[in-house]
Amino acid sequence: MTDNSTIIKLTAAEIAAKIASGELTAVQVTEAHLARIDAVDEKVHAFLHVDREGALAQARAVDAKKAAGEKLGPLAGVPLALKDIFTTKDMPTTVGSKILEGWIPPYDATLTKKLKAADVVILGKTNMDEFAMGSSTENSAYGPTGNPWDLTRIPGGSGGGSSAALASYEAPLAIGTDTGGSIRQPAAVTGTVGVKPTYGGVSRYGMVAFSSSLDQGGPCARTVLDAALLHEVIAGHDPMDSTSIDAPVPPVVEAARSGSVEGMRIGVVKQFAGEGYQAGVVQRFNESVELLKSLGATIVELDCPSFDLALSAYYLIAPSECSSNLARFDAMRYGLRVGDDGTRSAEDVTALTREAGFGDEVKRRVILGTYALSSGYYDAYYGSAQKVRTLITQDFERAFEQGSGVDVIVSPTTPTTAFSIGERADDPMAMYLADLCTIPTNLAGNSAMSLPCGLAPEDGLPVGLQIIAPAMKDDRLYKVGAAVEAAFVEKWGHPLLEEAPSL
Amino acid sequence: MTVTDLVSYEDALASYDPVMGLEVHVELGTKTKMFCGCSTELKQDANSQTCPVCLGLPGALPVVNEIGVESAIKIGLALNCEIAEWCRFARKNYFYPDMPKNFQTSQYDEPIAYNGYLDVQLEDGETFRVQIERAHMEEDTGKSTHVGGATGRIQGASHSLLDYNRAGIPLIEIVTKPIEGAGVRAPEVAKAYVAELRELIKALGVSEARMEMGQMRCDVNLSLRPNGTETFGTRSETKNVNSLRSVERAARFEIQRHAAVLSSGGTVVQETRHFHEEDGSTTAGRIKDNAEDYRYFPEPDLVPVAPAREWVEELRKGLPELPRLRRNRLKEEWGVSEHDMQSILNAGAVDLIVATTDAGAPSDQARKWWMGELARNANETGRGLDELPITPAQVARVAELVAAGDLNDKLARQVIEGVLAGEGDPDTVVEKRGLKVVSDEGALSTAVDEAIAANAAVADKIRGGKVAAAGALVGAVMKATRGQADAARVRELILEKLGVEG
Repeated sequence: MTDNSTIIKLTAAEIAAKIASGELTAVQVTEAHLARIDAVDEKVHAFLHVDREGALAQARAVDAKKAAGEKLGPLAGVPLALKDIFTTKDMPTTVGSKILEGWIPPYDATLTKKLKAADVVILGKTNMDEFAMGSSTENSAYGPTGNPWDLTRIPGGSGGGSSAALASYEAPLAIGTDTGGSIRQPAAVTGTVGVKPTYGGVSRYGMVAFSSSLDQGGPCARTVLDAALLHEVIAGHDPMDSTSIDAPVPPVVEAARSGSVEGMRIGVVKQFAGEGYQAGVVQRFNESVELLKSLGATIVELDCPSFDLALSAYYLIAPSECSSNLARFDAMRYGLRVGDDGTRSAEDVTALTREAGFGDEVKRRVILGTYALSSGYYDAYYGSAQKVRTLITQDFERAFEQGSGVDVIVSPTTPTTAFSIGERADDPMAMYLADLCTIPTNLAGNSAMSLPCGLAPEDGLPVGLQIIAPAMKDDRLYKVGAAVEAAFVEKWGHPLLEEAPSL
Repeated sequence: MTVTDLVSYEDALASYDPVMGLEVHVELGTKTKMFCGCSTELKQDANSQTCPVCLGLPGALPVVNEIGVESAIKIGLALNCEIAEWCRFARKNYFYPDMPKNFQTSQYDEPIAYNGYLDVQLEDGETFRVQIERAHMEEDTGKSTHVGGATGRIQGASHSLLDYNRAGIPLIEIVTKPIEGAGVRAPEVAKAYVAELRELIKALGVSEARMEMGQMRCDVNLSLRPNGTETFGTRSETKNVNSLRSVERAARFEIQRHAAVLSSGGTVVQETRHFHEEDGSTTAGRIKDNAEDYRYFPEPDLVPVAPAREWVEELRKGLPELPRLRRNRLKEEWGVSEHDMQSILNAGAVDLIVATTDAGAPSDQARKWWMGELARNANETGRGLDELPITPAQVARVAELVAAGDLNDKLARQVIEGVLAGEGDPDTVVEKRGLKVVSDEGALSTAVDEAIAANAAVADKIRGGKVAAAGALVGAVMKATRGQADAARVRELILEKLGVEG
């Protein structure tokens, strides 16, 4: 008999193996995690909704399958925390916004369906910056989430609920979405692993849109292998998403099981350094580069001049698309409705509802985007941003060029460790800088991972190493990530997360 | 503006030259909507044909209907357009409750088809070339029903009902270049263009293009410039002109109205106009001072459409004969006048007549029945010819029976009446109603003898040489045989029996 405190520290791969072997039941595993949520989530506030009954029902179904001798999938019975941006027909979907408070969608997202089909146990929905706009989860309409390393600090964002759930052992797996870094930056500041797959690798059908051309769902976990196992479950072509790639999923699990950087050429981009980078972050990053060398990789310095324009381009494209995507929240068909007293026009009710239902950051971006798309400004703003996007894509293409180029690029995931809740709340520009290193990948549509590379000496908080691979070469992230992870764990003597204070 | 303020049409044209632009929206007859799998069937319960995609629910994504793209290409090819090798959808952003996403997925600066023309034939046979600017794909909106107001418009309504069954139905918008040089015939050209386009759409099989069902809707943009000048005047946009006759009337009315404004020294306001069927007038709608900004940008949820050239060529090969050419060919083959051909066209009888001749009837017979008895019935019962419960094959069978002498015209009409009444096919009706022509000489002979005996005075006149009087006896025999006798044969028998030469 394994006790709850042991169960919650297991990896997803271990849990699945123990359920498959009969050492644990799925119900036991689910109950252990529900108990952990009961014990710590009041402090962490990772979850917006916990589906106790649904999770236990799913777990019982897995146990019944096992009892019936059916073959179980590689993640059968493993609990998962789902970012509250994917539609779920048996749970509310709020996207962290008042405007969708209490909305229960009539349909499951493709990703939700895939999780259910794989017998993954969905524990509930996690907190996030409203409409995934933010880097701290402070923009949630339902209150902030604490970083399990220090509850007064942010867990990253927008997927702070998912990263905090992993780091506080409330779930071994989580789902995030990454528009400008919302999977990778939370992973970095919580000492967990997060992957933004190639754009089009994971279906967006049923993922509430922020910026359609940038949004990408992906796996979050505490180990590289667990992320790969989850990646394989959620990825693949979906006829319901026109932008979904109709090609085989890259062999991510195989790559995670055969980590190595021997003989690889690994790029370091000179633009990802300088002012604004915390000393401890730079130190841990440099040590990671040395580690890669010692593991047999060749380091190549890269010049990607257009990356300096990435943040500016992003803050035109993402708001432009969001201003259109969020137009549908008009109080007519679902969600919040304010001021409908029988005397007001539909137009007035829409305006009052949007005023009351959207938070400041969402309004800021809707206004920015509306402005950027306006006739007379379109070419100067949206048009120019699209050109920058092309330049960034070309910088990546040059870097990854067959023969002379590199296999992957590495960088710090985010320039600083977790900052304090409230510290940047009134300074949007400072907040936006958190995504400086992650945004180019969203603009170009290729894949990237963040994994822990140590604690910054000055504050003892986790630092993330970002690995960037070409489009549809997501497997390289796992091959490199697994090698780095193994070397660090060997060096530290244990996974980094074990150094986090107990809650 | 009232009707009395108008300038007469002739006076208007004496001073001004009209320039028109016609925008036609065609609802495609695809089984499913443009971006989701919902049915497009009309007249279903409100909101019964909706899904997360066409309701614009959070998270839902569009996927392009391939038949929609194919239809757009066919229309483009038939309009002699170039077909884009690569084009994108764009979002047209504006708020309105009947639009679930508050943007319409449309096309902006990259239409699928552009730079074409359509030759249209006016009533006197003259051909006028209308240049086509573009044809692009988009989705329809839902339908708002405003309740409580007097006019069905939103002003004064207490509330509105929304039906999203129509939301997402594929539309093709076809826009002409400015139509210049039509002069006094501008309204006629407008009507002929829309009529020709409708025939074309139907011939392509991409839509039934029923204007009365809203499957085809026309906006008439019109401006006047002083005769002999080049610069366009300020235009008005008369929206939702939904019949051929209305297109002509709307253009005519706007010419007269603009002329009145301009002649009195005023300026035409750039605005939308509502057309009124009851008196053919238009009234002011929204002012369009270019303040409307739809913030178009490429639709990021859809990959670009890049129709392969081989596919486009395959579609080009499969295009049917253009309606105008087909009409002219049939006119020749049938040997009818331009005017008669126009009537046949207006009655929607072309395809029915062709199908009837295909089923074996001579074309004059096919025309005679469809444009005569059947057109009358359709008219009386308020149905389209194609809605009558009789098939071209059945009409052909009636013609065959007449040709064989088994039916005369009067009996044939009764057979058709029976078929329309649902009594069965022509042979069944003949059988059930006992409508065969009586050609049994014995029975006829008896009937003639009886008629002569009963009308001795008339018989004497005939014997005396007044052959014309035989008509009265023929009538008596026909009456006695309930119309089933062959009248010509009856006449022969009468004259024979009375010893008179016919």
